[in-house]
Amino acid sequence: MSDEKHAPAQKPYAKLLRQYAGILASLILLCVIFSVMNPRFMTVANLMNVLQQIAVIAIAAFGMTWVILLGEIDLSIGSIIAVAGMAAAQAFLAGFGFLPTLILTLLAGAAMGLANGVLIAKLGLPSFIVTVATMGIFRGLVSLPTNGAPAMIEDPTWIAIGAESFVGLPIIIWIVVVLFVFNHVLLSKTTFGRRAYLTGGNREAAVYSGIKVDRVKIAIFMISGIMAAISGILLSSRLYSAQTNAGTSYELDAIAAAVLGGTSLSGGVGTMIGTLIGALIIGIMNNGMNLSTVPYFYQLIVKGLVILLAVWLDVNSKRAKQ
Amino acid sequence: MSAVTSDVILKINNVSKLFGPVAALKNMHLEVRAGRVHTLLGENGAGKSTLMKILAGVYHATGGEVEFCGSPYKPENPQEAAARGLTIVFQELSLCNNMTVAENILATREPSVYGFINDQALERRAAEIVRDLGLPIDVTEKVGNLSMAQRQLVEIAKGLSIDAPRLVILDEPTSSLTEAETDILFSIIDRLKAKGVAIIYISHRMEEIMRLSDDISVIRDGEYIATRQRETVTIDELIAMMVGRQMDEIYPPHLFPPPPESEAPILSVEGFSRDGEFKSVSFEVRKGEILGFFGLIGSGRSEMMNALFGLKAASGTVRVDGEPAIITSPVDAIARRIAFVTENRKEEGLVLAHSVEWNISMAALGRFAAALGFMRKREERKSATDEVGRLTIKTASVDTPVGSLSGGNQQKTVLAKWLLTQPRILILDEPTRGVDVGAKFEIYKIIRQLAAEGTAILLVSSELPEVLGMSDRLVVMHEGRLSATLPGGATPETVMAHATGITS
Repeated sequence: MSDEKHAPAQKPYAKLLRQYAGILASLILLCVIFSVMNPRFMTVANLMNVLQQIAVIAIAAFGMTWVILLGEIDLSIGSIIAVAGMAAAQAFLAGFGFLPTLILTLLAGAAMGLANGVLIAKLGLPSFIVTVATMGIFRGLVSLPTNGAPAMIEDPTWIAIGAESFVGLPIIIWIVVVLFVFNHVLLSKTTFGRRAYLTGGNREAAVYSGIKVDRVKIAIFMISGIMAAISGILLSSRLYSAQTNAGTSYELDAIAAAVLGGTSLSGGVGTMIGTLIGALIIGIMNNGMNLSTVPYFYQLIVKGLVILLAVWLDVNSKRAKQ
Repeated sequence: MSAVTSDVILKINNVSKLFGPVAALKNMHLEVRAGRVHTLLGENGAGKSTLMKILAGVYHATGGEVEFCGSPYKPENPQEAAARGLTIVFQELSLCNNMTVAENILATREPSVYGFINDQALERRAAEIVRDLGLPIDVTEKVGNLSMAQRQLVEIAKGLSIDAPRLVILDEPTSSLTEAETDILFSIIDRLKAKGVAIIYISHRMEEIMRLSDDISVIRDGEYIATRQRETVTIDELIAMMVGRQMDEIYPPHLFPPPPESEAPILSVEGFSRDGEFKSVSFEVRKGEILGFFGLIGSGRSEMMNALFGLKAASGTVRVDGEPAIITSPVDAIARRIAFVTENRKEEGLVLAHSVEWNISMAALGRFAAALGFMRKREERKSATDEVGRLTIKTASVDTPVGSLSGGNQQKTVLAKWLLTQPRILILDEPTRGVDVGAKFEIYKIIRQLAAEGTAILLVSSELPEVLGMSDRLVVMHEGRLSATLPGGATPETVMAHATGITS
């Protein structure tokens, strides 16, 4: 199926259902298992909680989907999440208001993505190496202003993002919804999205067809940086502070969400819907296992096994088609 | 089969090789004698490489038998071929650049104790081999630091380093050698002959062949044509045997007469050069004209087309409609309405996992862009569907992944992609490679139709009948230079003579 994932459909809903049948079934299965294990799982309050918990990962995973779609990887997003929080805390300390701080934080994310993108596209360095390096560099930058100590955030509007609701839903969930729609539309309805698919599908053919692949690459790493910065904003808002170790290893959850959702690591195939479902699966696994008091180290083992299984199924279905 | 001549070392009888339904070799015959150089002559794609790969154990023959040194010979793999005393030096370099000459020459046969390589013994052994061959090369040097010609010599040393070779196959060994190194190679060949080793030699260079060969066999379209002794044959006779087929009847007639010479060219190229690839090439093409480009491998035609499309830097003047055009990227080329169907459709032409529709629209995305970069998907679908109909692309739907189509339909999809950019100049590099005969004919009809609509076409092909059958005029290239511009009615013999450089 994965080859046709992006193709326009005559009956969109039937097709969508068929396309995501496997992953949706896993999602439902997980919900059933956790409901049986713990009656508190299937409550509105808990499900809202799950949604809020996955927000940070889901938004970072939207950015990661773009990058993986391109056949690249961005390991620096966990560090960007932390830098964003610290940038905001420092801006407030310096007396900036809410809006200037917000803009500054987003710009910081875009700048870090730009750095990654330029190193990868213009210098031709492998994204794995570049983002391993910038992961360390950005993580180091976080500690510069406070010598490694956390910084408090007291701005009421900033705190409200993670704490308040709007029309019955937590603001944080609204943000996920808006960003999902934005990324989904940009990817599936615009020429930019199409160029991303083509560049990831066959870079060489894209160059020959007059697509400016360097620009596409740089733009996508900037999107990844901005998405990570938004994740950082949400995280710092929920924690009332900027922690120097915030977002550590979040890149792995974001990659897992994208891959569970069917984004191909070799590039050219993937959707935002898939990634959203992937993020839900990871969130529900975390929440369900926490509620059932599964020790943390078992959780890590189970999550790893689930990811292996998903990738194996994906590779298998591709082989079967050939 | 009886009456084994004492000095026949390799006897190929009735050998055939099928790739699916396609016969790459049919009823091949060959007798190679000890101590003689036997040249194999044939156009690109005649089946020489297939035959050599069968002998080397890379491919397995579909039928027929081979006798080597008096006993049946059916190598399972190159190691077995080497053990029997047959060695092959391929034209593509198979060396590791970051390892030394010695390590490369003795790769997989390093002198070792319990798996630990004895470096001193390795260097000593390699130095002996190199000295015996008279090569001016330091075995401790990294291959990456050597010139292309020196690397080719290392490749030859590697091939000859097996114990007691009986038959040595040299596949275009001189293509990257300068004269000095060619002389070294020829003296190596002389010494091998003196030792009674048989040599199968593949080359396109006529002067070299006439100097070196004892026997010359011609193959064409996968079939054995004839064997001649060097003294009894002329270059002209050999070329006639190589191309000697009737012009196939598969080339559709011109829809209009070609444009007159007096008409201003749409594209003119002057003194187009790029170091090591092509040199001072000049030509022009008019609206509605099909300009053929013929040359053997290494003649620089594909490299030149890549440069013309802005994929490689080159010096010289390119004019479109008489105006100087600076083209440094495909974006520039497409803006001037130049289109380029490359020779590798899977690598450079298509995104195999994506749908036919996406592949058709990919070079003309701007046409389907509305405000804010939104795609006009309905128009995209209509254009794709129209092109599929116009070029009769056989596909279940425009949503089918293009990778699942046949070669001919994939090629038509690449054509459709470029037609959507409404090109005025269309470069076609090997447009019918790997395409079945039916689709070939359809592609020829499309090319004729496009020319009739006023598109200027640059048709690059290594199939001589194709260029002759389709072109209004013909540019022949030899080793990076334009060796002749010929009228459409040129004979195959003339073209081949210019392509092999024997007229210059």
